[in-house]
Amino acid sequence: MRVVPFFICAVITIALIVLFNIQLPVGSSKTPRLGFFLSPQTGFWQNAEDVSKRYDANIQSAGLRGYTEVYLDSNLIPHIYADNDADAYFAQGYLHAKFRLWQMEFQTYAAGGRLSEIMGDSASGKNFLAIDKFFRRMGMVYAAENSLKVIESDPSYKAALDAYTAGVNSYINSLSEKNYPLEYKLLNYAPEPWTNMKTALFLKFMAYDLAGYEQDFEMTNARNYFTQLQFNKLFPYGQDSLEPIIPKGTAFAPPAITPKPPADADSLYFHFNDSVGVPLKPIVPNKNNGSNNWAVAGSKTASGSPILCNDPHLGLNLPSLWFEVQISTPEYNVYGVSFPGSPSVIIGFNDSCAWGVTNASRDVKDYYEVHFKDSTMREYWYNGKWQPTTFRKEVIKIKGKPDAIENIAMTVWGPVMYDHSYGDKMHDNKYYAIKWSAHAGSNEGKTFMLLDRAKNYNDYVNAISFFQTPGQNFAFASKKGNIAISQQGAFPAKWKRQGQFIMEGNNDEYAWQGTVPRNENVIMLNPARGFVSSANQYPYDTSYPYYMGGSYEMYRGFILNRRLRAMQNITVDDMMHLQNYNYNVFAEMARPVLLKNMDETKLNSIEKKYFDIYKSWNLSSDADAPGASIFVTWWDSLMQCMYRDEFSRTTLPMPNVEHSTLLEGLLKDTAYEFADDITTPQKETVSDEVMKAFKKIMPVIQHAEEKDSLAWGKFKDGGVKHLLGIPALSDLHINAGGGVHILNAFYKDHGPSWRMIVELTDETNAYGIYPGGQSGNPGSPYYDNMVDDWATGKYRRLQILPKNHFSTQNTKGKITFTHS
Amino acid sequence: MKFIVALLFTALFGYFLPLFLPWWSFVIASFIVAVFIHQKPWKAFLAGFIALLLLWGIYAVVLDNPNQHILSTKVAQILPFNGSYMALIITTAIIGGLLSGMAALTGSYLKEGKV
Repeated sequence: MRVVPFFICAVITIALIVLFNIQLPVGSSKTPRLGFFLSPQTGFWQNAEDVSKRYDANIQSAGLRGYTEVYLDSNLIPHIYADNDADAYFAQGYLHAKFRLWQMEFQTYAAGGRLSEIMGDSASGKNFLAIDKFFRRMGMVYAAENSLKVIESDPSYKAALDAYTAGVNSYINSLSEKNYPLEYKLLNYAPEPWTNMKTALFLKFMAYDLAGYEQDFEMTNARNYFTQLQFNKLFPYGQDSLEPIIPKGTAFAPPAITPKPPADADSLYFHFNDSVGVPLKPIVPNKNNGSNNWAVAGSKTASGSPILCNDPHLGLNLPSLWFEVQISTPEYNVYGVSFPGSPSVIIGFNDSCAWGVTNASRDVKDYYEVHFKDSTMREYWYNGKWQPTTFRKEVIKIKGKPDAIENIAMTVWGPVMYDHSYGDKMHDNKYYAIKWSAHAGSNEGKTFMLLDRAKNYNDYVNAISFFQTPGQNFAFASKKGNIAISQQGAFPAKWKRQGQFIMEGNNDEYAWQGTVPRNENVIMLNPARGFVSSANQYPYDTSYPYYMGGSYEMYRGFILNRRLRAMQNITVDDMMHLQNYNYNVFAEMARPVLLKNMDETKLNSIEKKYFDIYKSWNLSSDADAPGASIFVTWWDSLMQCMYRDEFSRTTLPMPNVEHSTLLEGLLKDTAYEFADDITTPQKETVSDEVMKAFKKIMPVIQHAEEKDSLAWGKFKDGGVKHLLGIPALSDLHINAGGGVHILNAFYKDHGPSWRMIVELTDETNAYGIYPGGQSGNPGSPYYDNMVDDWATGKYRRLQILPKNHFSTQNTKGKITFTHS
Repeated sequence: MKFIVALLFTALFGYFLPLFLPWWSFVIASFIVAVFIHQKPWKAFLAGFIALLLLWGIYAVVLDNPNQHILSTKVAQILPFNGSYMALIITTAIIGGLLSGMAALTGSYLKEGKV
């Protein structure tokens, strides 16, 4: 034995193995374990699917009762045929896991404040520990636990969810390391068993995404900073051009609850411009999370049958939020999109009816200032005495580091989200508890389970009654000819502007005074105008007896109703055009204001050129329209010119002023007070600001034109991003039209996450598409195969098919499920 | 002849061991084969190297071709290969070969005497 070379070589070999078996730091992130990752036997090569792969399989499980057949059609959409409900949900869970496991789990890690566990406390410039703390302190896990209790006390839904969970776990248990989805190999962790709690967490994540938006701290700062007159101009309640979901003039029944502000509200709550504010920057969901839905009655369609349309606007991600599926049992057939992570079809149609949802956008998340006896937070003052606090211990595991522990004080209001131990140091040393309707236990999943089986209007009304948070506008249409819409949710009965600012928490005076009774969530059924619609606008006009705090989009609803009123003999084709309609009615309303205030003689030749492009723009935000880019940039610039001087006098975070607020302000007030730049001695007029705003955007516009990206599609630069933000796994730079305030709401990485049109003729005539693909595997041709068609406004036929439709030729696989 | 036999056995056991043991367990095969089929160190290294170079390289190609390079092109962007699937295949093969060759070299030094 040659000792020296032997040992040298042995050490090098072992060192190499170790080197290739650990995650190496690169910048602020880490590589996969390179040897494992590159090994064709275990690593990513195993995820490189044969493009002509068939997915045939026979699954056996002790949990199954009957026989289930699943046919995967040419787009990998499963058509599930089960003997009974539980087996159908088992199969759905199995298929969700088979095609979307990583995403399902990752979403629940995010919802439950566990990202640090897999990502480390920070990576690639993202502070995951801060995100986790935010979700924990907001009470996400607390909320999901409360919902789980409700779910588990409902035998029929529990049975469905148990079967679903068993299906997911049946797939997870069949995996070995080499079969793990790619992202597990990239991040170096393993799937864990699915639980009903994870489904509850996922649904709470949707509640956060859709009913988690508020600006209470910013609004409080604004209240302290502006006079009441200024504040009401900047943050008005209601909008002049508003077309609410339930039309203006609808008479509301006398309210069952008459919420009253506390007697001291004028001095203590509505105290404008007099105190120190709260420096904080909370994480907020995308405020553009919204949607369109509408249904037209047979009286307006060519076929004489109703047509229902829905396109929910959400973050556009790969793998997609949605997974298409048909579920058939002896009792019912349903087709539509489901959430990987939850049983049932969420948006879709069955043999009798169709439904779709948009976000209610009501403010159901408020903050109360809590007064603790001392910094131990063991007792707080409430209704005239010291109340004991309970503490919720939240343990955040961190990859490669010791756990972080959050001890969250729980009060009558809810968790104390902001205290001395958390977040930005508050200059005011105060404690704020969060009260959020999503903290209440609820069973939104039951709504979908019942909608999937709904046969008529009454079934729809019953199904949506279970829905609490996030409040949604449920549109409905049936083959019997009914159309309906209702904003459904558990909405606190609030007095005007209640909860827009931080509230006093030392007694119950500022508490929510009950929940708006269900029958006061107005249902519109078969209106004479022949259509129902919603697009995230106010549900009612401001004569509604309860305060509808929140952030509302107005223009999409306005153009949608204008078009629907004008249309007759509507066909499915017309509806496809409407969902992809790029006309910008906000720009239409803004144009006279801009033109009136522009003095062309003061423009140089370059400015004139771009102004002419704007003037000749046809107001349609199409991909090839440079005028749209100029308008959007100009308007943003005008917002800056109008408000920045007022807002920049404080360093506190301030709320955003809505586009509609500026436009409506300018339309009714030619001497708009915010036009004056308060940092200059002279008095600027609206015209000065409009001109200044236009001149300011010239460098950006010129630069864009030099780079051949002034056309709107390239200028806005939309795309569909992988959930981890990895560019190679994303579909970026999609050249397409649409945008904010536009029916085709595609803007950057946000927009119509599913487009569906259902004509309720005897044989249902339905179409749909989503920007993604059925497979979550970046190594599959079905990962993003529908993105291009989606971007160009194409659709696929959606059909509830009989089992015998399928053969080996027209499928990508047949999976059977039997009792073992 | 010895070289070819060593190479074949290394590849064969190097394929089977990781089916039950961690990804790197092929080095055990490379080491043991080099101990029992004794060759000059440089020859042992080469046999081990080429065995895994071919095993990993061919296996990667076999998985990559029917995939039409969909995934390898993406991974070659995540790792710094500028989207070149070929560079990724070659790197994969070389890493397998290098580990195997070093293990074989170690094995060849274990046995004393001339070849």
